[in-house]
Amino acid sequence: MARVKIHPLIWVLALVWLLLTLLPFWFMVSSSFKTALETYTRPVWALPLSPNIDNYKAVLSGGFFRYVFNSLLVVSISVTLILLLSAMAAFVFARLPYRPAKPLFGLIMAGLAVPVHVTLIPVYSLTTRLGIYDTPWALIGPYVAFSLPLTIFILTEFVRQIPRELDDAARVDGCSPARTFFSIILPLTSPGMASMGIYNTVMLWNEFVFAFTLTASPNQRTLPLAIWEFQGQYSANVPAIMTVLTMTALPMIVVYIFGQERIIKGMMAGALKG
Amino acid sequence: MTRVKPKNEYALTAIVFLAPTVLLLLVFVVYPILESVRLSFTRWTGLGQSQVYVGWSNWLRLLQDMVFWKALGNNLILALLSILIQLPIALALALMLDKGGRAMRFLKLAYFIPLLVSSVAIGFLFKYIYDPNFGLLNAVLNGVGLNNLAKSWLGDPSLALYAVLAVICWQFIPFHMLIFQAALASMPAELHDAALIDGATENQFFWRITLPLLQGTIRTAVVLSLIGSLRYFDLIYVLTGGGPSGSTELMATYMYKQAFSSFNFGYGSTVAVALILVVLLISGVVLSLTKRFQTEV
Repeated sequence: MARVKIHPLIWVLALVWLLLTLLPFWFMVSSSFKTALETYTRPVWALPLSPNIDNYKAVLSGGFFRYVFNSLLVVSISVTLILLLSAMAAFVFARLPYRPAKPLFGLIMAGLAVPVHVTLIPVYSLTTRLGIYDTPWALIGPYVAFSLPLTIFILTEFVRQIPRELDDAARVDGCSPARTFFSIILPLTSPGMASMGIYNTVMLWNEFVFAFTLTASPNQRTLPLAIWEFQGQYSANVPAIMTVLTMTALPMIVVYIFGQERIIKGMMAGALKG
Repeated sequence: MTRVKPKNEYALTAIVFLAPTVLLLLVFVVYPILESVRLSFTRWTGLGQSQVYVGWSNWLRLLQDMVFWKALGNNLILALLSILIQLPIALALALMLDKGGRAMRFLKLAYFIPLLVSSVAIGFLFKYIYDPNFGLLNAVLNGVGLNNLAKSWLGDPSLALYAVLAVICWQFIPFHMLIFQAALASMPAELHDAALIDGATENQFFWRITLPLLQGTIRTAVVLSLIGSLRYFDLIYVLTGGGPSGSTELMATYMYKQAFSSFNFGYGSTVAVALILVVLLISGVVLSLTKRFQTEV
């Protein structure tokens, strides 16, 4: 594409924004290598006197992996269910001549506008009655249900773009609709599912309200809530808090380093229609 | 000879394929909404306590509840300022990414990082950045000689909402930037070449061609920003908890505190139902307004 000259003000804005984006993270990471005393005696922006990793040792030995494990458990099960159920629903909406499907699609899309807070008290009381309150299992139902409308919407668009001739050929060859879905539509929908898988993984990995409401004990909670326990322990110890924050953010950032473009694409696929 | 599938085979497959989705939505979305509406007419002080039907009294209380109206006002201020501040900056950054070509790849990758970090982590991080004594912001201000600008950012009721707004902008401008960038990238390059050949300046091209073509995208961004702002919760709950003295209270934080800190499940449900009513009302109005505006242009 031809290069067009850019107004110098826009360059200034670009660099200012880069600085603004990175500065908080730099503060977080550099503070995590300091000692508690250092944060009071030396300027905030000063580099750590020596890269002190005691904070990391303390956090890692303090049950941090339990949070990571719970997050992996909840997010992997939820995202698998979201993708499978959404693809199945998308197939019905995009392909099957089933009359009630159209109004149902509209109703499911109305779910996009529902704020989670309106469901919080009933879901909390339901979870207690089911006996799964304060376990990671409590999160899976609400996570899947609230992710379905958007994922179904995007995947339905995706299935619509698969040439119909493929289904027709399968039908002529005697494939049942279910077989057509599993052998033809599902494999061809995988790029769309990959994008929505990324989007939902990022969203659920960072989810807060349900996790905060439906779990209470430290060894049942997911990663975004790790900070709560450590905050109690280290309330005045800024470097320790910054260490927890850095380690909380780290898994996503590492994944991002390996799949930058894919992740941006996936996040935007989910966000654009949201 | 081709075998014609009986119609009910389609229906059967459709029902089986949709059943789990419908079941989950009924249990975790539809039932809870209806239950919240029912609970909004009760007094219920927590699990194990009895629910007492109190008629419209929670709703009458809501109408006179200054904290709720203040929270609604804060939500609207956040929504309006989010749109006015975020969209122009996001558009400027997107134009830059679009025109800069490959050289901008690194910038784009860096800008994206806040979208990967949880609002909880961002909230805690900024709590320390805004700290009046040990925070980064005041240290920087003092460092460059602007000592009198150093403030107790989250402690001052007249400042706290704007301090929070700054974090929201920091978090979501990259998101809108990418939406705009995707729209710009899908515009045909010939348009630009043709306009310049016809003697248009870059400025004219932007105002008369790019901007009108972005109308749909801008509308999407406005609606997303608005709905997002009305439901806002995580960051504020962590950063200020709605304080100091209610200056950053939002409908969602107020609902949460009523229900899970004060154990007013009945009144908390009233606030929750009011929240969804406000979201539906405002997004409905904005959608129809922007639609009309769009067809008039």
